[in-house]
Formats: sequence, C-alpha cells, structure tokens
Amino acid sequence: MTTNTRETPQGDMVRFGLFTVVILAMPIWLMPFGAAYPDLMQKFAIYGLFAIGFNILFGLTGYLSFGHAAFLGVGSYTAVWSFKLLGMNPIPALLLAVVMSGAFAWLIGFISLRRTGIYFSILTLAFAQMSYNLAYSVLTPITNGETGLRVLNSDPRVLDHMMGAGEVDGPLVTNLFGMEMSGLPGFYFCAVWLLIGMYISFRIFRSPFGLMLRAIKTNQTRLNYTGISTRPYAQTAFVISGMYAGLAGALLCVTDPLAGAERMQWTASGEVVLMTILGGAGTLLGPMLGAGIIKYSENIFSAFNEQALHEIFAFLPDGIEAAVVSVAGLFVGEGWHLTLGLLFMLIVIFLPGGVIEGGQRISAAVTRLRGGGSGGSSTQPQPAE
Amino acid sequence: MDAILLQILNGLDKGGAYALIALGLTLVFGTLGVVNFAHGALFMLGAFCAVSVNQFIGLEQVRLDPDNLTPWGTPVEIREPYIVSWLGDTGHLLLDYSVPVSILAAIPVMILIGFIMERGLIQFFYKRPHAEQILVTFGLAIVLQEIIKTWFGANPLPQSPPDAMRTAADIGVLVGFDPGQIVYPYWRLIYFLFSALVIGGVFAFLQLTTFGMVVRAGMADRETVGLLGIDIEKRFTLVFGLAAVVAGLAGVMYTPILPPDYHMGMDFLVLSFVVVVVGGMGSLPGAVAAGFLLGILQSFASMTEVKSILPGIDQIIIYLVAVVILLVRPRGLMGRKGVMEG
Amino acid sequence: MVDFLTPSRRGVLKGGAAVGAGLAMPTIFSSQAWSAEYLNKPTGDTVTFGFNVPQTGAYADEGADELRAYQLAVKHLNGEGDGGMLNTMKPLVLSGNGVLGKKVSFVTGDTQTKSDAARASAKRMIEKDGALMITGGSSSGVAIAVQSLCQEAGVIFMAGLTHSNDTTGKDKRRNGFRHFFNAYMSGAALAPVLKSNYGADRKAYHLTADYTWGWTQEESIKNSTEALGWETVNAVRTPLGAGDFSQYITPVLNSGADVLILNHYGKDMVNSLTQAVQFGLRDKQVNGKDFAIVVPLYSRLMAQGAGENVKGIFGSTNWHWSLQDEGSKAFVKSFGAEYGFPPSQAAHTCYVQALLYADACERAGTFMPCGVVDALEDHEFDGMGNGPTLYRGADHQCFKKVLVVKGNENPSSQFDLLEVVQEVPAEQVTYDPAIFGGELGECNNGA
Repeated sequence: MTTNTRETPQGDMVRFGLFTVVILAMPIWLMPFGAAYPDLMQKFAIYGLFAIGFNILFGLTGYLSFGHAAFLGVGSYTAVWSFKLLGMNPIPALLLAVVMSGAFAWLIGFISLRRTGIYFSILTLAFAQMSYNLAYSVLTPITNGETGLRVLNSDPRVLDHMMGAGEVDGPLVTNLFGMEMSGLPGFYFCAVWLLIGMYISFRIFRSPFGLMLRAIKTNQTRLNYTGISTRPYAQTAFVISGMYAGLAGALLCVTDPLAGAERMQWTASGEVVLMTILGGAGTLLGPMLGAGIIKYSENIFSAFNEQALHEIFAFLPDGIEAAVVSVAGLFVGEGWHLTLGLLFMLIVIFLPGGVIEGGQRISAAVTRLRGGGSGGSSTQPQPAE
Repeated sequence: MDAILLQILNGLDKGGAYALIALGLTLVFGTLGVVNFAHGALFMLGAFCAVSVNQFIGLEQVRLDPDNLTPWGTPVEIREPYIVSWLGDTGHLLLDYSVPVSILAAIPVMILIGFIMERGLIQFFYKRPHAEQILVTFGLAIVLQEIIKTWFGANPLPQSPPDAMRTAADIGVLVGFDPGQIVYPYWRLIYFLFSALVIGGVFAFLQLTTFGMVVRAGMADRETVGLLGIDIEKRFTLVFGLAAVVAGLAGVMYTPILPPDYHMGMDFLVLSFVVVVVGGMGSLPGAVAAGFLLGILQSFASMTEVKSILPGIDQIIIYLVAVVILLVRPRGLMGRKGVMEG
Repeated sequence: MVDFLTPSRRGVLKGGAAVGAGLAMPTIFSSQAWSAEYLNKPTGDTVTFGFNVPQTGAYADEGADELRAYQLAVKHLNGEGDGGMLNTMKPLVLSGNGVLGKKVSFVTGDTQTKSDAARASAKRMIEKDGALMITGGSSSGVAIAVQSLCQEAGVIFMAGLTHSNDTTGKDKRRNGFRHFFNAYMSGAALAPVLKSNYGADRKAYHLTADYTWGWTQEESIKNSTEALGWETVNAVRTPLGAGDFSQYITPVLNSGADVLILNHYGKDMVNSLTQAVQFGLRDKQVNGKDFAIVVPLYSRLMAQGAGENVKGIFGSTNWHWSLQDEGSKAFVKSFGAEYGFPPSQAAHTCYVQALLYADACERAGTFMPCGVVDALEDHEFDGMGNGPTLYRGADHQCFKKVLVVKGNENPSSQFDLLEVVQEVPAEQVTYDPAIFGGELGECNNGA
C-alpha cells in the first residue's frame, strides 16, 4: 500500500525532513513515555533499520522470509570479529558486516528464490535455523556459543595498537576516532545510519527498480510471460535487505560489543516480520513505527511488577485496586508475551495494513467530518497492492 | 546391526509424532487454504488435556495434621486423592491409566476448541493473504501458550505411563537377538501403534465416507465443489475440528515421553512445517511419509559414528533434508502443482 | 541539573518537561564528563537494586522463585517481616532500617534466558532506573554476559544461579560475585560419594548439552571420576532443547557402560532423565553391576518436572530447604510463611546475594562499587545456610559446603523430593584459582 499524500520528490523531501527531525529529537519527546534512555533509543533505531530493510523485500516483492535473523547474526559476528582483530573503530566493522551479510544473503537468496510462496519461507527458515543451531554448538570457536562473542583485552586489535591505543585498562567500548559509541553518542551514531537507510529506502520505493519489485508482488507469472526474468530483481532485493539486516546486527554490537546466537533464532526472524506488518508492510514509515512499538512494549511492559502496579493504581479504593492490579498483572511483567500476542491478533484482524493504515483511516474520517469531501482521491486510502 | 535397528525404532515413534502433527496441518492447508501457525498450540493443548484429566482424577482431599508442623509453622497437609478414598483400588487403577483415559476427554474438548477457533477466527481469514494468516495464528499461539503458562506454570509437568508400561520391552529376543540387546520402552511402541491407528483412521474416513469424498474433492478443486451447491463452509469447520483432534491426541499420548510444558507447541511448530513442506503441501500421504522419513533420518544423524564424520549434523539434519528435497523436488515428495505457491 | 545525573524512573518522568534535558541524560559508559564519584549514586532516601530474572521462557518458574526471594530480602532489609537470615547472619552490621540509612527499593527485568535480552534489561535498569546493583539469572551464558556489562557500566553484579566454571573462572570480573557453586565443586563433591556407592571400577557414558556450560560440567565430572579410576566410554553432545533424547539414549544400551551421566539442566534434564528411565536404564544390569544414572546438577524445581524418575539418583545442589542449621531454618520459615511452600536453591542463593551485598555496603560505608568490592573480597561469614563461607578475593567465588543429594525414595510431600546424602565440607571442594585462568581486572565505579 502506498502512502496517500503527494508522491512527488518535494513531498518525499518534506517527509524525509520531518522523519529526520523526529528521529533526532527522540531524546526529548520520548521523555514523557519513560523511553528516553539511550539503550532503548538505540534499539529503536537499530530495529527500525532492520525492519526498513526487511520491508524492501517483503513489502515490495511479497516474498516472506523467515530467515532474516541469520543476516542480523552474521552482521553481529562479523562486527565483533572486526573489533577483535582490527580495533574498536565501528566504521570497518560496519563495512565488513554489510559485505559479509550481503554475501551470505546472496548465497541463501540464490538457493531460496528458486521457490516461491511458503516454500520460499520454509527454505529461508531452514537456513536460519541451521545457522542458529550451528552457532550455538559446533561453531563455538567462532561464535563463543552460549555466552556470546565478546572483545577481550588480549585480542590483537591491530589498528588500535598502531594508533597506540592498544592497552585499555577499563572497559572495551567502540569508539569513533575518540568518541565512545555508547549512551547518547551511540544513539546518534545509529540514528545517522537509520537516516541513511531510510533515505535509500525512499529512493528505492520511487525508482523503476522499486516499481519492478512491486510488479513481482502483484503478478509474477504475468511478468514472466512478458519475457521478463524476475529472479535477478528479487535476488537484488533479497541481498539489499540482507545487507540492512547485517548493518543492524553490526550496530547492535557497536552499542554493545557482544554477539549472541539467539539473535539468529527463528523467533527473532518472526519478530521483524511482526514489526513490519504491525507498522504496515509496503509503507515507507510503517516498519520503523512497528519496530518502535514492539521494542517499547518489550522494555516497558516487561518491567512492570506488582509494586509498580500498586503505585500506578494507588488512587483507586483498596478493594478495587487489588482487583485491578491482579488483572493488570496478567498482562505485564512475566505476562507481557500475552499482551504481545493479543496486540498482533488485534492488529492483523482489524488493521491488516498496520498502524499506518489505522492512522490513514482516522485522518480520512476526520477530513470527512470536516465536510471537506471534495478532495476524495487524496484522502482515501488506496487499495493494498 | 542392533544399533541400526534401535535407531529405526527411534525413528518410528518420533516419526509417528511428526506425522500426526503434520497430518492435521496439511489437512487444514489442503482444504481450507490456511497456514495455521497455531497448530503446534493444538498439540500443546492436547497434552494439557492429559494434565488436566490427571489433576482432576487426582484431585486431593487435604487434611491438616495439627500435630505435625512444617518448618514455617503451618500444619502439615495430608493429601489423598478423593478417587482413592471413594473407589479404593479402582481409583488407583484410574489414576494409573490417566493418560489413556484422557483420550476420552480430549476428543470432545479438542473438537470444541477446533470449532471455536475456526468459527471465531480462522473463517475470517480464508481470503486473506498467507502472511496475515500466519501472523494472526502466530499471535493466537502465543496467547494460548501464555494462558496455559499462567494456569499451569512454566515447569514441565510429568505424566506417567501406566505402571505396566513404565519400562522397556526386550523385543530383540522375539527375533533371535541376545536378551537385552534390543530393548525398547513399551510406551513408545504403543505410541507408534497408536499413531499408525489414527493415521489409518483418518485415511479410511477420507476414503470411505461421502464426507471424506467431498473433502478430498475440495482439496483438489475448491471452487468447483462450491459451484456444485455443496455447503463447503460447514465441512471446513468439521475438517478443522478433525485436525484439532488429531493434533490433540498426538499431544495426549506424547505426555509420558515428553513431560509437557507450555512451550512444547512452539518447539514442534517449525519442525512440523518442515515435515509438511518436505512431504508436499496439501498431500496427506506425503505428510505421513515425510514424518517417518525425517524421524528416522534424525535418529541416524545422532549416531556417534555419523557425528564423528560430520560434527553437528544432528543439529541441522532436518533442515538440510528440507533444503535438498525442495531443490530437487520443487513441490516436496508428493506435492501437486500450484498449491500454496505465490 | 543534579536530578538528571542520577535519574530514578520518577525523576526522568518529571524531567520530561525540561526541553533539552534529554541531552544531559547520563550515559553509562561516557559519564566521566560528570563529576559524580560513582554511577547512580543515590541522592534521595532510597537505593535501587535491579533484579534481572527469567520471567519468560523455560526457566520462568525458577525466575519467579528468585523474585520471591528478592522481595523477601528487600522486606527484611527494610525491617519488615521477621527478619529471616538477618537474625542468623554473622558477622552482621545491618540493622533492618535499609542500607546506610536508605530504604531499599527495586526494579525488575526479564532476562528471557538470552544474553542479548538480559543485557538490554540490565542496561535499562542501570540507565533508566538508576540501579546500583544487578542480580539474578538462571543460566551461565546470561550471567557471564551481564557480569561483563556490569563491569563496563560500573555497577556491582551479584550472580544468581550460574554453575559454569567460567563465571568465576576465565570470565571473572572485579565487579562480579558468585555465591552459587560450580561444576568443579560438583565433581569434587560427588566423586567420593559415587565411589562409595558404585565402586571404583565403573564405565561412564556422558550425555552433554552442547553448549559452554555442558562442556565445562562434562570436563569437571570426567576429571574427578577418572581420578577415582572410572573409565569414560563415550561423551556425546546433544542439541540444546532436543526434546526427544531417545536417539542418544539407545546407543548407551549396548555400549558396555554401566553409568550414565546426564550433563543437562532444566527441560533437557527433565526430558533426558525421564526417557532414560523409560528405556529401562535404572533397572538394567551391566558388567554384573546395577546400572546407575547420575545428574551432577540437581534442582528441586527440575526434580519436580521429572517426577518419580529421580528416585535414587545422585546429584549435587548448592542448598536444600531441609537443612537444619539456624540460617536455613530461619530462611525457610520466613519464606514458607510468606508464600506457603519452601524456597528453591535458586531462591536461596539470590536471597543470600542480596543480603551479602547490602551488608558489604553497610560495612564499606558507601555504595561505591570499589568500596563494596573491597568489603566483599575475602569476607568470611556464617549463618547463611552453608556453614562458614569465604568470598575468595582471588576469583570472587564463595567457598562453602556443597550438598550431595539423592532423589528421595519415599517423599513425604511434593517438596520433599531430594534427600541430603552428605554435606561435603568446603576444604574438599576448594581449588587453586589459577586453574581456570582469567583476570579480574580493575574495579569500575562507572565515573
């Protein structure tokens, strides 16, 4: 589904500009939500990037991959190895991670894209599960298994030593030419990459290449009959989204230099699918929004405990308060998965186009109420593709 | 030789479980066209039917013994199942056979759950894209398992097989091996026979009844069957109920082998999808064949001899087989063209 | 601005009004720009602990029990309830009015038993909620990952249930402490008991969970049983969460082994033990001896999951509620009175860790991590359930009695599943800290 405002280059620039402001100002406007702490904002940016990349494959071509977590994992491991061998500068780590995950995605895409539909999904799932299982066990020399791959003081870190910054007494933190990539600087570093990723995504959506990808989703058979081979296009989209995932994985390690195997589990792949659909698959901003909502719920809902609930509902009379707390307790803290599951069901049942579609419906309703029904074509949501 | 025979036996009971789960899954695929990610949850619910029945039969009368105190100062509780105090030895027998007895309870419960799921949710998703079906059923699976967790906790709840079937049978002796060489747990043999029985039953039902004929016709060509004026909707509900029962029974009978916990459905979900895809989407015999094939291959891959040549092969064998088969036979072992593609 | 240096959740919410304040948020690694003595120094009248336990996933029940213990510890520290082990702990400087005059409050997080998620939730508690100390967890991978995070951030980590040698071995950190015992101690404690019950001439077959904890345990048990004269026939790695272990158990039948050692924990242990018993291994005769199964790391919660199959099977635990010393009795009493059932070993170690941390702060006279580290290192204490205990300074590992237990043949209640066979004295399980390598490094105040 396309966004309903003017699809002109100017319109895009305005939207991208707004997006930039919103992202960079996150530390301010997230405060009232209790989410303005660096770790969560970093996660917003990183998983936003992951979902935006996934959307290029799934949103545009309709190929539902259940294996993207594998690329996230490859990116993470590559980044940590780059820290270990080269040094704590994030730039080479990001480059290497993108290259490695791109290569890995090319290989898996080359095989998986021979099939379509659910067969494709299962193939990607199979590859991701194999990567996860091996990373957890046999490949432990490379991945450090259960504990996760970390940077140690005894690692070579060639570039760091060349710069005379080899011996570190304190913690090993990634730094960009002297600036430590954690906390707020870490968030802004991720945010810059998010903006770059978003910009590329804008360009792809509006390019002839993007149009071709949408055509694959609409009717691949017809394209084939007209003599166009769709495989190279799908393959390119697959590799691009794999590179986004690799970049996201590397950024996870830039902000926290540890790569764990569970990043590659199929549930992690499922998470990015959910983010994309929750926000609105095929829309430009939807995946970012979906990623934000899921990471926010994960961090905030899971943190509520009975004590916190009692504080929140303290204004209620005692008897009612106890009842409210015990009901609410089912959905937060250890029950936050239940909230998550219900959220998915509600969104998919009532808003299959995701939150973006919900917003459009509301804005359309508002416009109609104001009696400005003349410009119907610009306010009506367009049918899904 | 004996090692290989044992691994084949292992593959048979494992394969039985895979086949039963995949059978229901593919039935729903084939007739309703729905990718049901909550199918694993049905398996889990079946297992918890057994747990509930066991807890219900074993409902205990609690008497307080004021002469004995626990370390924290409350009277010690003396517990005795009501059923034993009422029925004596029959009560013990019932408790002992609680898992097989649960089958009786599981059938109506699973039918009911299937009906509610289909009428309440699935029917609205027949025409929706597969991605949305996957998501909504995945959400449902999470909700179901979290409810079970709230009720029963996260720890596994052991269910014993009946005393008589608690240990292993020396079946090697029957075919001329030395005693003790090929022993196999009674319950696993029963599980294999049970799965064969259920699979046979489902096939007979589909082959021999008019209802089954319509369902098979619906799997081949839904539109035409609809045009013939047959109320396919009602049958869909029944098919879904049937699939739920098959998955539920697989769960009930599996509890003595694998102490059930709330997450067991998810553990089997990915695997059962792989089985279905390897067998060929929408092909019932394919699902059964693939279930047994993967079960046996998984057993062989775990042998030390194999692992020493290919380290870690037991971790990935299932997925590896899936990849190879999908590349060599695009639609799985027995799949037909055009099912669930695109 | 001072408010923003040490944000409590409330503080952050209030600060939402101040535009631009977000840019002044302290960050956990680059806080040297600010001149606080140490990270998250409490300024109000409360001090915040962070309880990071598995709330979802396979160890959720264990996590819930840990959380119960922490809540009880907080109560006791704040002078509510009957005081529990504060009545038995020696030496003791805590007086039941909080720590250093501040009331203890806490925040919770879900580790999900994943290193990533555990670090994320620990970070949240440090960055957002201003936690001074992180504690809890139910797996070694998580413990090691969170421990190094706390080291880098500059807060104290008091490990929960973690049994790998690595936690205080090659991955030890100056800011991290472990009260729980480890795989080496399990081996050292079990070996003599196994010898006296099963003899010195045995052939062992290991099934090992294929990840780091499994490997360290396999190695430790192998070393100590081979020192007895046992032979290791085979050691097979099984995938984590395999569910059905039959394909790994059948080769044991005809391998000539007469002991099966299950280096599994949690669901894996429940499943592999249940299935091994069904294959008739417990009733089998090999080499003219009764076949034996050993589960080196036991937990009562897991024994509950395996039901009757644990009967007569040896293993080791850190602590058990049936112990009769004053400390254990006091703890079981207040835990049982609060919740209606006895605590698990996970609950015990977490409760003790919380108390030990509070006590160390009180003794040090500060919450500053380096001060707390000094107070805990080589600290000797008693009355906490395991007899006289030493927090060894060289590797931050507690040395205390280890329990060898056996599945109870005639349990008197649903909690009475394990029977203590022997309390192995600390000397027998003490080792040279050098054997596992690793460096503690410098302590980090985070400022």
